[in-house]
Formats: sequence, C-alpha cells, structure tokens
Amino acid sequence: MNAAGSVIFKERENQIHRKGREPFDMDCNRESLAGAVSQRACVFCGSRVVLYPIADALCLVHGPIGCAAYTWDIRGALSSGPSLHRLSFSTDLQERDIIFGAEEKLYRALTELIERHNPKAAFVYSTCIVGIIGDDLEAVCRRVASEKKIPVLPVQSEGFKGNKREGYSAACKAMFRLVGTGDTTGISDLSVNIFGDFNLAGELWIIRDYFDRMGIETVANITGDGRVEQIMRAHGAALNLVQCSGATIELAQMMKESFGVPFMRVSYFGVEDMAQALYEVAGFFKDKDPGIIERTRELVKDELTLLYPELQKFREDLSGKKAAIYVGGAFKAFSLVKAFRLLGMKVVMVGSQTGTEEDYRELHEITDEGTIIVDDSNPLELSSFLKEKDCDIFVGGVKERPIAYKLGVGFCDHNHERKQPLEGFVGMLNFAREVHSSVMSPVWRFVPRRNSCPSATP
Amino acid sequence: MEHPPYVSTTNACKLCKPLGACLAFRGVEGAVPMLHGSQGCATYMRRYIISHFREPMDIASSSLGEKHAVYGGASNLKKGLRNVMTKYGAGLIGVATTCLTETIGDDVPMIVREFRREMRDSGLRDLPALVTVSTPSYSGTHMEGFHAAVRAVVEQMSEDEKGAQMLNLLPGFLSPEDLRYLKEIMDDFRCPSVILPDFSMTLDGPALQEYEKIPRGGTPLEDIRRMGGAAATFEFGATLQDCKTAGKFLQERFGTPLHSMGIPIGLRETDIFFDALEKLSGAERPERHVLERGRLLDSYVDAHKYLFGRRAVIYGEEDLVVALTSFLTEVGITPVLCASGGRSGRFKPAIERVTAGIAPHPPAVHEGTDFRQIEELALELSPDLLIGHSKGYTLARKLGIPLIRVGFPIHDRFGGQRILHVGYRGTQSLLDRIVNALIEGNQNDSPVGYAYM
Repeated sequence: MNAAGSVIFKERENQIHRKGREPFDMDCNRESLAGAVSQRACVFCGSRVVLYPIADALCLVHGPIGCAAYTWDIRGALSSGPSLHRLSFSTDLQERDIIFGAEEKLYRALTELIERHNPKAAFVYSTCIVGIIGDDLEAVCRRVASEKKIPVLPVQSEGFKGNKREGYSAACKAMFRLVGTGDTTGISDLSVNIFGDFNLAGELWIIRDYFDRMGIETVANITGDGRVEQIMRAHGAALNLVQCSGATIELAQMMKESFGVPFMRVSYFGVEDMAQALYEVAGFFKDKDPGIIERTRELVKDELTLLYPELQKFREDLSGKKAAIYVGGAFKAFSLVKAFRLLGMKVVMVGSQTGTEEDYRELHEITDEGTIIVDDSNPLELSSFLKEKDCDIFVGGVKERPIAYKLGVGFCDHNHERKQPLEGFVGMLNFAREVHSSVMSPVWRFVPRRNSCPSATP
Repeated sequence: MEHPPYVSTTNACKLCKPLGACLAFRGVEGAVPMLHGSQGCATYMRRYIISHFREPMDIASSSLGEKHAVYGGASNLKKGLRNVMTKYGAGLIGVATTCLTETIGDDVPMIVREFRREMRDSGLRDLPALVTVSTPSYSGTHMEGFHAAVRAVVEQMSEDEKGAQMLNLLPGFLSPEDLRYLKEIMDDFRCPSVILPDFSMTLDGPALQEYEKIPRGGTPLEDIRRMGGAAATFEFGATLQDCKTAGKFLQERFGTPLHSMGIPIGLRETDIFFDALEKLSGAERPERHVLERGRLLDSYVDAHKYLFGRRAVIYGEEDLVVALTSFLTEVGITPVLCASGGRSGRFKPAIERVTAGIAPHPPAVHEGTDFRQIEELALELSPDLLIGHSKGYTLARKLGIPLIRVGFPIHDRFGGQRILHVGYRGTQSLLDRIVNALIEGNQNDSPVGYAYM
C-alpha cells in the first residue's frame, strides 16, 4: 500500500484510478461522501456561475444572506457594457420569513430592484431554504414579469438537490425560456453562439476575434459578456459551440431539439485544442464559404508564428517537470493535459469535481502510465498525491491553492478568479508564463520539501 | 434604530452565521469544523476564508441530498462524523447547523447523543469531543455564529476545576497576529491564560514538509476544560454586554468573574484592558508596554495635524467598528458614519458611549445595513477615508479616497492574517497606516510634488 492508502476512504476507492495498474473502471457522478471535505459546491453554485456573467440581467438570490454574500463579484467575468452582474442581490431571509413564507418579500424586493436597475431580465434563484418553505417562485416571477414587462425567470437551484451539474441544468432551463423570443433578422449564414465561455479576463473577446477574422458572426455569448437580447435571438445562429463540460451543454441540446441548431464541443485551451476548434468550425461552414478553410489556416499560422518562439523559451526550463491538475469539469482537464505536454511537462495526477465516466475514460486514454485519475477528491487525498508524485506545479482553483503552497508546490489558478486570459493562442503563452513563474521561482529551494536549505527545516 | 429603507439587500455588509462558527472551531486544538447541511455551504465558506488567510481550511460537511432534506439528515450526519473521526483523527468535531437543517427540524444535539451511544456500544473508546451549535443563517450574522460557537465549546466542555490559576481571554474574531500579540502580553504579565479561540497557528502556520490533516495549534482542550475554575474571564466586544456569551455562561455557571470590555483599540480601550490585567495579575505592567504606550501617545501628538477634522466612514462587524471609532475620535478624526450589517440593537448606544464628549458630534449609526446604503450615505457625507474590510474597495474607488483595510475579509491585499489591530502596538500600526494614507493623498494631489510632507 502506498502513502495515499491511509487517507483514502474505502467508499471512495473506486473513484481513484492509477493508469496501468488495472483495467480502467471508475466510479463517478456520485453524491459526495459525508465528512470527506469534498471540493465540490452545490446546485445553487452551478446555476450562479453560469448565469452570473449576463451583464444586463438582474440575479436575485432568494434566501439567507450567505448564498449571495459568497458569490458577490466572485468571477472575473468581464463586460463590455453594463455591469449589473457585479452586484450581489439578496432577499436576506430572516426568521419570520421562514415561518410565514417570503413570497411577498420576494415580490417587493424584485419590484424594487427592477425599478432601480432597469434590467433586461431577472433571474431568481431558489436556495435550500426556499425549497423547504415552499415559496412559489414561479407565481411570483409570473406576477412581476407581467407588471414590469420583462422576463422574470425562476432558477430551481435549491442547494441540496444534487451537485453543480443539476445547477447547470437549472440555469440552462431558465435561459432556454429566453431563447426563441427575439428577432433573428439579419443574422449571417456563417454564425455561431459561443457557449460555456465566461469571458474571464476577457477570454471570450479573444475567441470572438478569431471568428471575426474567419468571417463568422457571433450571435450570442453564453454567457461571458452576455446580454439578454442576444440569448433571445440565439436560435438564429447556424451553430452552437459548446465549451466547458457540463455548464451549457443542456441548453445546446434543447436548442437542437426545438430549433434544429446543431452543436459542436470545443475547447479553447492550449494550442492543439484551440486550432482544432477553429478548423472544425471552418469545416462546418466550408460548403457555404469555401474560402474559410484558407482563412483559418492563415489565422492559425499567424498566431503560431508569434507563439512558438516565445513558448520555446519556457519549454527549455519546464521540460520534464511534473504537473497535477484538479478542476471543476473534466473537459478542461483534457486540454490541460495536452497543454502541459506541449511544454514538455508530465501530468502525474488529474482529477475533477464533476467528470463523467466518458470524461475519465478519455483522460485515461490521453495520460501516461502511472498517472492518478481521481473523481470528487478532497484535501487529504490531493495533498498525498502531490507528495507521492513530487509535483512541481498544481493547477486548480482557490481551494486547491493552499494545499499546494503549504507543501511547497507551485500553483496555477485556472478557475473563475483568474485575471490573465488562458484561452486562445495568446492564452497558451500566458499559461506557460504563469506556470514558468511558479515552477522556476527560487522560493522552492527553501521550503522543507526540498530540504536543501538547512535553516528551513524545523 | 435605523433600518434600511429597502426590502432587498445589495452587497451585504455581513456574512452568514455558520461561517463564524467554523472560524471559532478552527481555533480549538485538534478540531475539525463540520457543517450539517448541503455541500455548498462548506465549500463556499472554505473558499471565502482561504482567500483571506491563504491557508488550508478544511470544513467537513454532512453533504445532504434531496432525500435527506425530506427524511432528515441524521444518517448522513453520523456517517460524516465517523468519517471525520477516522480520517482526520479529530480531537474535537464542531458541528454547526445551517438554514437547511434548522428548517427541516433535525435535532442535532440528540443525533449526536445517539451517535455517541452507538459508538460506545460498538466498543469504541477514544471518541473525540463533539460540540454542537445552532447557527441558522436566517438569524444573525457570522459574528453571532462565532460567539455562539465559542459559548457552545465552553458550555459543552468546561468543568468546575476550582482554583485554576489562570485567566480566560475571549477575544472574539481578531487576526492571528492579534492573537499572537495578546499571548505575548499575557506572558509578559506572567499570567497563565487560556485564549479561546486561538487560530494564530491554525490559520497562519509555517511551511511544512508533511500536510497536516489538522494544523497544529489552537486552544488546548485540556485548558478549555479548566476554564470553569479560572480566576476571571476577559471578553472583548462592546456590544456583547449581557448577551448569552461564553463569558456570561462561565459567570453564571461557575461564578467566574466576567470583565466585559471593548476590543482594545486606541488608548482608552487598551488602558481598560491593561488596567484590568494589572489588577488581576497583581503585577504592574511591564516596562516594554509602558514604553509602547508612551510611543503611541507621542505619535498621536506627532500626527494630530494630519488628522484633525478628517472625516471617516467605518463599517464592518459591530464590535470592531465601535473599537475603531473609539480610537479615531482620540486622534481627532471625525467619524461621520458607523455602519454594520449586524443588527444587535446595541451598536448605536455603544458608538454613543465611545464618542460622547470627544467627537465634535455623534456619527450617523446604521445597523442592519448593506453597501448600497453605505454608499448612498457616504456620497452625501463626503468622507476623507474609509476604514473596514476589503469589500468597501468599490466605494473607496468611486469616492477616490483611501481604504484602510482592517478585519475580515481582506481579499484584495496580501497579509490580511498578519494585520495587527489591538493593543498599543496594533493601534500604533493602524495610526501609521492612516496617517500615511492621508499624507500620500495630499502628496499625490499636490501640483508641487513635495518631497517633505
């Protein structure tokens, strides 16, 4: 038994796989184990992260203050115009509301906020408590919608009703009520909707620029730098491009069924996946516009000509270093594995909060022998894996950062709070720079783990 | 008492109750905080706390799903307790409820009693201490949760150990740096003491070779047990008087004399603390603290002209705002607005107490408020500076005035866990920061570009 054995719960053994040791067989998509300190969040969180970046919609959290307080200005999702999304609205339920019901309070809060901010639509989130006291969100939303003449959409995101995935689903259902209600005249035959990009640090603008250069119109950003009106006419686009594993695929599926808009899964992280995404989109439109293939080739060539010499410098330092990945959705992990490979680095551990069996099978395919693959992990496991594999860098979000740092391991934030764009070709360069600036820092030679500095050991 | 004129809350100036409880539990040796509720609560709070302290903060959860919400969460709570026991080897598990489990009516103390019995029946001896606290987020803020958890620990752990030659110190929610400094003071007075909670190590620890499942440090359980026999209890927090706090419990249950006082910031409040320490320890204050006080007073004089009449908005936790306000009035700054998301009903009288006779006029006091209202008021009051946690940044930016970052959370600067607020030394550091922020403003705004200010 290895060192990790003592920290792994028996119930979780099947959610951890070591490539090469036994045939691939992994459990996932289970409820988090009580007491295991899962890194996962809740249904509400899933809905909140998806709808958050719609900059001209009002997001009202119907519940006690915590749910709204912890999601105030939480993402680096940029807007080119309005910034209503950066405010945190709550009904701040009190004891009497719990006892007597809070529909009237919700009605008054909604009315007040809509009058004050004139949003293009309002989303009203249900939280755990609302699911228990049974406020009729649907009815209140209907009443306000008819009075205020804007869409007011309930989001059924009671925290306990599953994990983030169910939250994504609730958000998609709410957004779907907007789709198909807008005017689609004037939309180009060569047009897409960008799904599952949240414009963190302006990433979506990088991608939109690529499509512009290819001659493709972007109809709706879902949801980075998003606008209600765009979502309402999104059904007019020729193709939906879905990034980010779970977040928006359900909306794409619903649009396919109801409006016949096909979708394609893409990733904008790393050189390989970015280029592949553009080529696939070009391939989709080549019958309508044969020149698009050549334009896309030019674009990729131009970008790579700029990128490769720069990357080479980082590659020299980083080659052979070891990386661990733990992210929310597994789809991002695929790209990260490839991105690290491009930098000459080895991925020795990779995991996600909400991956599916298909996702983990794919990770199993693309990783090296001995790589640890893990679903819904926790600090004890993650720290033991980092140590066992003697990692040089860990990629994750805020909750993973102190685990790495405490052990003297480098870190790269690949989550909502990042301030550097990591998508697109330029994003790959930023990623390499960030990985480099952590891995190559001199501070590691002083930490106890490296032990080369006598004064650093207790 | 001023209530916001709105029904909705925009940009809250408070956090939820269980977060405070988790922080308090984190300050007990060998303790793992655990939330009885859905998984998201624990994760959100961890993220929020980690972003401030930049330290691991494990909060276990009973991770309730839909069927538990319908049929009750007892089985998952027990399973969670068992898992935390076996994997973390916790000495204490602090179970805080959430709005979900309060509303579905789970009787947590009873479930925990059952769990204890079941464990004993199965032959398990070394059970960790299990402390439960009720923290529904729909009543009160993180500070009520914090104090409730401290009281729960004391209530459920301390015993009547007559003649324990020590003092209890219940500091409230201070920074790890504050806690280290308080320990230093107690040591200097040669005063054996128990500080509860004490997360000076657990939330600001050294770099490590091995990941600690539960970080070292925290108030030793053995000391908590002896708190009932201490010579006296100090409890910080100007709005806590006559509340059901841990100090009050020790007084009522064991007759331990309670010295309730404001958080010691500024000369007057710190003097109260040191005077009480002198009296109880029977020792005079050590020379280094006399000198620190002297230097602080000296710098009050050196700084006074930079500060006189400058207008400050102070916001955040009620007790911290009261203490800061008390200090600011001493150096001639005019507090124009004291605001908190808390709603204890004791905020305004406490502010009046510390500003009476020294501030030119009493500041506006708003409790139960949010940042939208603070902004509305601030725009009319034209303050020169803001003092509070980092969530006031947007307002400071809008007003073009400095924000002096204190308290929790500090999400946009480095070293929030090492900000010193209390005592002569903490006041000195606050004073230096405030004076420099104002001088910097004068310097930057000057067309001359003076190099002497």
